[in-house]
Amino acid sequence: MYAQEVKSTGERPKTLDEMAPQERAFQLRVDADIKIEPKEWMPEGYRKTLIRQISQHAHSEIVGQLPEGNWITRAPTLERKAILIAKVQDEAGHGLYLYCAAETLGVSRDALTEQLLAGKAKYSSIFNYPTLTWADIGAIGWLVDGAAIMNQVQLQKCSYGPYSRAMIRICKEESFHQRQGYDILLKLCAGTAEQKEMAQDALNRWWQPSLMMFGPPDGDSVHSAQSMAWKIKPMSNDDLRQKFVDQTVPQADYLGLKVPDPDLKWNEAKKGYDYGAIDWNEFYEVLKGNGPCNKERMEARQKAWDDGAWYREGLMAHARKSAARKLAAE
Amino acid sequence: MKNEWPLWEVFIRGQHGLAHRHVGSLHAPDAEMAVMNARDVYTRRNEGVSIWVVKAQDITASAPGDKEPLFDPSNSKIYRHPTFFDIPEEVGHM
Amino acid sequence: MTTATKTDAALFEFALRMGDNAVVLAQRVGAWCGHAPAIEEDIAFANVALDLIGQTRMWLGLAGEIEGKGRDADQLAFLRDARAYRNALLVEQPNVDFAHTLMRQFLFDAWHHPMLVALKSSADARVADIAEKAEKEARYHLERSEDLIIRLGDGTEESRQRMQAALDALYPFAGELCAADALDADLAARKIAPDLGALGERYLAYLKSTLADATLTAPVGAAVRKGGKQGLHSEHLGYILADMQFLQRAYPGATW
Repeated sequence: MYAQEVKSTGERPKTLDEMAPQERAFQLRVDADIKIEPKEWMPEGYRKTLIRQISQHAHSEIVGQLPEGNWITRAPTLERKAILIAKVQDEAGHGLYLYCAAETLGVSRDALTEQLLAGKAKYSSIFNYPTLTWADIGAIGWLVDGAAIMNQVQLQKCSYGPYSRAMIRICKEESFHQRQGYDILLKLCAGTAEQKEMAQDALNRWWQPSLMMFGPPDGDSVHSAQSMAWKIKPMSNDDLRQKFVDQTVPQADYLGLKVPDPDLKWNEAKKGYDYGAIDWNEFYEVLKGNGPCNKERMEARQKAWDDGAWYREGLMAHARKSAARKLAAE
Repeated sequence: MKNEWPLWEVFIRGQHGLAHRHVGSLHAPDAEMAVMNARDVYTRRNEGVSIWVVKAQDITASAPGDKEPLFDPSNSKIYRHPTFFDIPEEVGHM
Repeated sequence: MTTATKTDAALFEFALRMGDNAVVLAQRVGAWCGHAPAIEEDIAFANVALDLIGQTRMWLGLAGEIEGKGRDADQLAFLRDARAYRNALLVEQPNVDFAHTLMRQFLFDAWHHPMLVALKSSADARVADIAEKAEKEARYHLERSEDLIIRLGDGTEESRQRMQAALDALYPFAGELCAADALDADLAARKIAPDLGALGERYLAYLKSTLADATLTAPVGAAVRKGGKQGLHSEHLGYILADMQFLQRAYPGATW
C-alpha cells in the first residue's frame, strides 16, 4: 500500500481494563465510530503512528508523480497527454491534502519534506520501479492505482477525522485513475502485435511489485494489531492482497494478457485465487534503498526542493514587504 | 523555519447557494496567493464560486474541553435531526 | 476562386501558428509536472499545460479542417517535422529554471490574452469561437504570471537577479509575437485577425509598466529574434519534437 509497514507502539493493544480512564474514553469513541478530531486528547502512540502513516502516504503521492510524469512529454496523443497531466496533477493534490491532514497533528509540511529527503521517512516501494514503455503508464493506472484504491476506500472510514476527510476527497477524485490505465491497455491489446507485447511486458514487470504494495503478511505483527484497534488500518495486508488478486485476474483475462504466475489457480473452496510466493527479499531491498530507481527518485525530489528554495523565499519576502507597506500606509 | 509559507484554511461557496464550506487547507505566502492557489487546488477554477481563505493560526476554535456544554443542549433537541421523524415508506424519499 | 484559395491557405497557416504556440509551450510547461518549487505551484502550472493542450486541439483541429486533407489535430501535432512547425521562437526556449519558465510564460501570456480578445471579433466564426473559449483561460494565465513576475522581481535579491537574467535572455524573443509578415497583413485586411502593429504597441506599453512594477528593466537595443512563425526555428524545437513524437514515429500507423 502507499503506507507500508507503518510502525506503531510496538506493543500489543491494551484491553479496555488495562487503560487509564482517558485512554479508555478515547478507545470507546473509536469503537463507536466517533471521529477523533485534531485538538482532542489522544494517546501519544496514536498521534505518532498517524503522522508516520499519513506522511508516508503523502510522500508516496509526491514521489509517485515521478514515474508517470516521465511520460508526459512522450504521451502518444494530445488527449492521452492531457489525461496524464490531469492524473499526475491529482497526485500532487492528494499529496497536498494528506500533508495538511498530517499537519493537524502538530508537524509542519516542510519538516515532513525534510524527513523524506534525509531518508528518514518511507514512501511506497512501488515508485522505485522504472517506467520503460508507454504500456507502463497503463499498468500503473490499472494495477498500482487499483491496489491503492482498495485500501483508500476503506480508509475513508478511519478514526481520525482529517485523514478520513482527505481520503473521501481523494477517492472521489481518483475514480478515473484506474480506468484510464485500463483504457490504455485495452487500446494496446486491441492494437498491433508489438503493442500487445508491450502490454504483456508491462504486466510481467508490474505484477509482483503491485502485490508487494500491500506489505508483507502481518499475521502476528503487533503494529498491525494496534493500528487495527485504533481503526487506522482497515484490513490485514493479506486480506487486501487477496481481494486485489481476485479482482484483477479476470481483468487481465479480459485484456487477453497472462498473469506472470505459474502457481496462480482458482481455489473453489475459498472462492478466490491461490497465487505463488512473493519475493520479500526484493521488497526489503527496495525499502532499504536498493530498488532500481530509489536514487533517481530521491535526487529528483531533492533537486525540486533545492532549486525551488529561491522561489519560495522570494515570494515570502515579497509578502512580508507588501504587508509592511500596507501597515505603513494605514 | 521562518521561510515556510503559512497554512491557510479554504472555504468555498458553490453555485448552489449553500453557505461557504470548509474544503481543506493549503500553503501560500499571503492571502492573495492563497486565493489564487485555492482556485487551482480546490475548484480547478470553476467560475461563479466564492472563495474565503483564513490563516489557520487566526482561527479561534472551541476547546475540546468545552465540548460537552457547547454541544449537549442542541443534541437534546433531537427534533432538529431529520431521522427524528418517521416518514411512512409510501411517501418516498424526503 | 483565387481569393478563396488564398484565404484558406493563409488561415491554415494562422491556425498552425496559434496551435503550435500552444502545443510547444504545453510541452515545456508539462515537463515541470512533479518538479515545481511547491506543490501548490505544481498543481497551478499543470492547469496551464492542460489549458494549452485543449487550445492546441481546437486550433490544430481547425487547421486540419481548413486544409481538407483529412489530417486531424493529432496528425498535425505528431507527424510534422520542425520545418513545418509555425510557433514563435519564444515558446520553444528551454525551461532553464523556474525564473526563465515564468518569464517565458509572462511574455507569452501578455501577448496571447489581448490577441485572443481581438480574435473574439474575427470575421471567421470558427476563429471567433475558439478565441471565445481560450480567452478566459489566457486571462487567468496572465493574471497569475503577471502577479508572480511582480512578486519575484520585488522579492529577495536572488529572486530579482534571476528574474532579470530571465528577462535579458528572453526579451529578444518577445518581438516576434507582434512582428507582422505578409500573411498577418492579409488576415488583418480581411478582419480575420487583428492588426499586429497596433497590438504590438499596446504589448510593449504593458510590458514596460508591469516590468517597472516588478523592478525589472528590459534590455535596451536587443535585436529581435524571429523566424519561427515562418518555420525557421532554434535547435531546441527538434529535441522537443523528438520527445513528443517518439511513439507515433516508432510505431507508424498504430492507434493509442
